[in-house]
Amino acid sequence: MPHRPSRANVGRRQAANHLFSVLAILSTVLVIAPLFAILVYLLFQGVRSLNVAFFTHLPRPVGEPGGGMANSIVGSGIILALASLLGIPVGIGAGIYLQEFGGGKTLANAIRFTADVLNGVPSIVMGIAAYSLIVVPQRHFSAFAAGVALAIMMVPTVTRTTEEMLATVPNAVREAALGLGIPKWRTVMTVSLKTASPGIITGCMLAFARVAGETAPLLFTAFGNQFWPTSLNEPIAALPLQIFVYAVSPYDEWHRLAWAGALVLIVLIMVSVTLVRVVTGRGMLNGGH
Amino acid sequence: MGVGIEVEDLNAWYGQTHTLKGINLQIPANSATALIGPSGCGKSTFVRCLNRMHETNPVARAEGTVRVGNVDVYKDASPVEVRRRIGMVFQRPNPFPTMSIYDNVASGLKLNGFRNKRVLDEVVERSLRQAALWDEVKDHLKSKSGASLSGGQQQRLCIARAIAVDPEVLLMDEPASALDPVSTAKIEDLIFQLKDEYTIVIVTHNMQQAARVAEKTGFFLSGHLVEFDSTHKIFTNPSDKRTEDYITGRFG
Repeated sequence: MPHRPSRANVGRRQAANHLFSVLAILSTVLVIAPLFAILVYLLFQGVRSLNVAFFTHLPRPVGEPGGGMANSIVGSGIILALASLLGIPVGIGAGIYLQEFGGGKTLANAIRFTADVLNGVPSIVMGIAAYSLIVVPQRHFSAFAAGVALAIMMVPTVTRTTEEMLATVPNAVREAALGLGIPKWRTVMTVSLKTASPGIITGCMLAFARVAGETAPLLFTAFGNQFWPTSLNEPIAALPLQIFVYAVSPYDEWHRLAWAGALVLIVLIMVSVTLVRVVTGRGMLNGGH
Repeated sequence: MGVGIEVEDLNAWYGQTHTLKGINLQIPANSATALIGPSGCGKSTFVRCLNRMHETNPVARAEGTVRVGNVDVYKDASPVEVRRRIGMVFQRPNPFPTMSIYDNVASGLKLNGFRNKRVLDEVVERSLRQAALWDEVKDHLKSKSGASLSGGQQQRLCIARAIAVDPEVLLMDEPASALDPVSTAKIEDLIFQLKDEYTIVIVTHNMQQAARVAEKTGFFLSGHLVEFDSTHKIFTNPSDKRTEDYITGRFG
């Protein structure tokens, strides 16, 4: 009976099954372990230097104890808000074009290709681009230039996830809206985007988290600042920059502050991503797919 | 109130494929008209040409004259205007998954900018009652998603959504083919009641269904309208040999 497995065969298959399960679990551990180790070490190193002053005070000159990164936290917030404000609408708009209007057109293919290439461009190149396009003509570093540099980095991720998430919206749902006499643009803005919104929000958060820790593009654009930000048109402090400056310095006090800054950066990213998820997740109805 | 539909020399294509060939027919107002025929015969394409849904596919096009009431659908109106006057129910229930039951029914009005809450409440209740769904959903209109209902309920929700904008014509593209017999019977009862107020065109694979609900029946075959007559005549004494072969089960 060639088509019926023998006992021995079953045993071998079960062994193979176990083997692959173990390999899969092992790979998972290998992926998680470094991340977990970094987090624990960061927590251990960072918590020691964290105090209220860290969140409320400006940096002090070398030799003076204390001081904080209050201006860097605010500066990072400003740069990231600016980047999201510029990058997310453009990215979502391009994603909508690719999926809902582009079809197989040459322009759509060109945009898709450009987005993929842009996604692989090293962040320092983005910094140089923003430097030569904005900083050099203006003759000064600025928060605005930093926001633009990070926005350009967000666009490809947001564009491609928007496109992919819109592609998962069943055509039947679009037809339902068109069949009711709802114009195409309105169908896209309300029905398609709304249906795809959980995935699109995830994409935006991924892009946000990725650029939040970027340092290289800020070196040529934000430049850094020891004081509170007062205008988008002047150099501005940012957490990753401040961490970089402190970490490569020869002073122990600054090293400790760098650890604390790294911890705060990670926690802030986690908090903002979670917050967006909770806020946008509310109002979703139970049931559904 | 419903209006009649006149179709003159309607042709439709998908890319290079000629799917509808010179269709002429007159659909009477306030009655149900069934379109039957084997798969791929063009009956779905035909109803999608009536409300210009056919052209939403980028490779599709249509030529000819379709008059709904006194409006020439392809000359006097934009696709959006046409679809506001001609409601459509699709083969698979397609409620908006992110919207509540209430918002699904109100969507046609709301998304066209209508905001008066009292009128919306009235329209939603009336439409759900007409679609025989009110009693089953009235307690969780706004708390449950349209997608949480059963398949048969979803299809009645889609019918409620279509009639909420008060169309003159209701197109149904195999509305019961994805449903169980009990839900199918409910949909058929509904068609029976709705045809006093709307002109209904229903595409169906099920010949008994055509015989039960429709006054007139058209038989499509390979893109041609072979025969169009009273349902009684089509099923008892068809004038074309091909119609007879199809309804007696010799092919298709």
